[in-house]
Amino acid sequence: MIRARDLVKNFKVHKRPPGFASALRSLFHRTYETVKAVDGVSFTIERGERVGFLGPNGAGKTTTLKVLSGLLHPTSGEVTVEDHIPFKRQTAFLEKITLVMGQKSQLIWDLPPAETYALNRAVFAVPEAQYKATLGELTELLDLGPLMNKPARQLSLGERMKCELAAALLHRPTTLFLDEPTIGLDVAMQLAIRDFIRRYNQTHEATVILTSHYMDDVVALCPRIIVIDAGTLIHDGDLRGLIKAMDPDKRVSFTLANADDDLSKLGSILTRDGQRVTLRVSERELPGVVSHLLGPLAVGDLAIEDPPLEDILRQLFGQRAKEKESPA
Amino acid sequence: MSIGRAFRAMPTMLRVGVAETVAYRAEFLVWILTTTIPLVMLGLWNAVAAQGTFKGYSQADFTAYFLATLIVRNVAGSWVGWQVGEEIRMGTMSMRLLRPVHPFVALAASHAASIPFRCVVALPVAFILLISSGGSSLATEPLQLAMLAPALLMAWLITFAIMFAIGALAFFLTRAMGLFSLYFLLFMLLSGYLMPIDILPGPIRVVAEWLPFRYMVSFPVELMTKSMSTTAVLEQLALQVGWTIASIAIAMFVWRRGVRRFESVGG
Repeated sequence: MIRARDLVKNFKVHKRPPGFASALRSLFHRTYETVKAVDGVSFTIERGERVGFLGPNGAGKTTTLKVLSGLLHPTSGEVTVEDHIPFKRQTAFLEKITLVMGQKSQLIWDLPPAETYALNRAVFAVPEAQYKATLGELTELLDLGPLMNKPARQLSLGERMKCELAAALLHRPTTLFLDEPTIGLDVAMQLAIRDFIRRYNQTHEATVILTSHYMDDVVALCPRIIVIDAGTLIHDGDLRGLIKAMDPDKRVSFTLANADDDLSKLGSILTRDGQRVTLRVSERELPGVVSHLLGPLAVGDLAIEDPPLEDILRQLFGQRAKEKESPA
Repeated sequence: MSIGRAFRAMPTMLRVGVAETVAYRAEFLVWILTTTIPLVMLGLWNAVAAQGTFKGYSQADFTAYFLATLIVRNVAGSWVGWQVGEEIRMGTMSMRLLRPVHPFVALAASHAASIPFRCVVALPVAFILLISSGGSSLATEPLQLAMLAPALLMAWLITFAIMFAIGALAFFLTRAMGLFSLYFLLFMLLSGYLMPIDILPGPIRVVAEWLPFRYMVSFPVELMTKSMSTTAVLEQLALQVGWTIASIAIAMFVWRRGVRRFESVGG
């Protein structure tokens, strides 16, 4: 279980205007500015949950993840992860968690992943039998066989990520912090990693906290979403709830039988590309609209969808940016 | 981070360290290049002593001194600071912090694993040393030779710890690398790497006697090449033990402060 209460993390950032004179001045006198990376965030995550952290760049997602994994000391507030205070980095805590950062590698660069695994087995004191079982399982699920004895530097980005995940999970952690685990990967590889994470979550009842720029990752993996913007929590709940709250209207797409059919009474037209049309229709009007489309208009390829999460978030963050500008 | 854990993990850490030594060929090359400086110095000081002895050193003495220096540096050199600084700068140190073995211990194991390889390179040099000097410029006292192994081990530990501490300064400074240049300057001058400490000019020599640098190179070299009294050997050993403890303490201090800063400002 993960608990964060009133979590605040401030960074002191050294500020100096450009130019030589100010560079010289900053040698002797430095001005600092306090940046609130995380500003009073609270949440509780139960064992076995899969939670997605969403937010624009610099919103405080990675900072929160680093506080939870024990790399950063919170400025104030309380954080516990599986009953440990993360920043103490006690052995018992480190054995329960793992942090995977898509941008940073823990594999030994010039050696095959097998060597990193052996090293991790030793430092995490994984019993030999359990190590063999876990490695066998990971090798099968991630298809590591052919990669095991290639130096890490020769692996492709996707192959490396699979090996990173295995290295991070050999000690069978029960809390996984995954920061952009699919960054730079192609769609097939993203799917493979996603499937794998879900399966690990289910077989080991592990808690998964994920940040990703790919909304698909988050939608596919995380029933619960925590949205952070400018250091504050602006939504915590399931995906449907977020979509309902922000934009309850459905997207109805179809291909017209006749290009000049009248659509004016059916809702607002979002896109129209030849005979392919997307409408925005409220839930209340949906049955009427659909029957009209299928009946008199006889449209083809009808699809009814929620608005894309990207749009919802753009709307959400845009709204907040406006609120901040107007001093109401 | 338990000590027992590190102890039990040691065989694997050493084994992987050996694999790393073999794989990091570029680093090996750098190391071979940097450790040829004693050979340059050998030629230089031999020229100086061409007309007889220089401050008590004959050509044979200089040859013995610098070949011994070459051996000591091969066995007891360490470049861990570059790695520490680089990992901090790149952010991969985070990964080390989340492992239940202290990075000092993990890196020490990884680097110590390369020592046997370096000994293999050092042995032929030792052989040449024995033949070329005819033994006349070498120490023969059993105590000195017996103390050589512990002295080399401590020389390595001091070098490793100080390098580690300088590397850890990257937690505070975005460009800690400049400090290495300063460090190497002091090291080369005061460790006996460029010239025996007893031919340094008076005041510099006094400074050199009081700093840890001489215990990284000069002391083990003296054990091999200079005839010392039992008291002198034991006294020097005691001082080396002191500097070993002090260096590790300094490394731990800088490290702890650095990590605390890292926890508060991020990497």
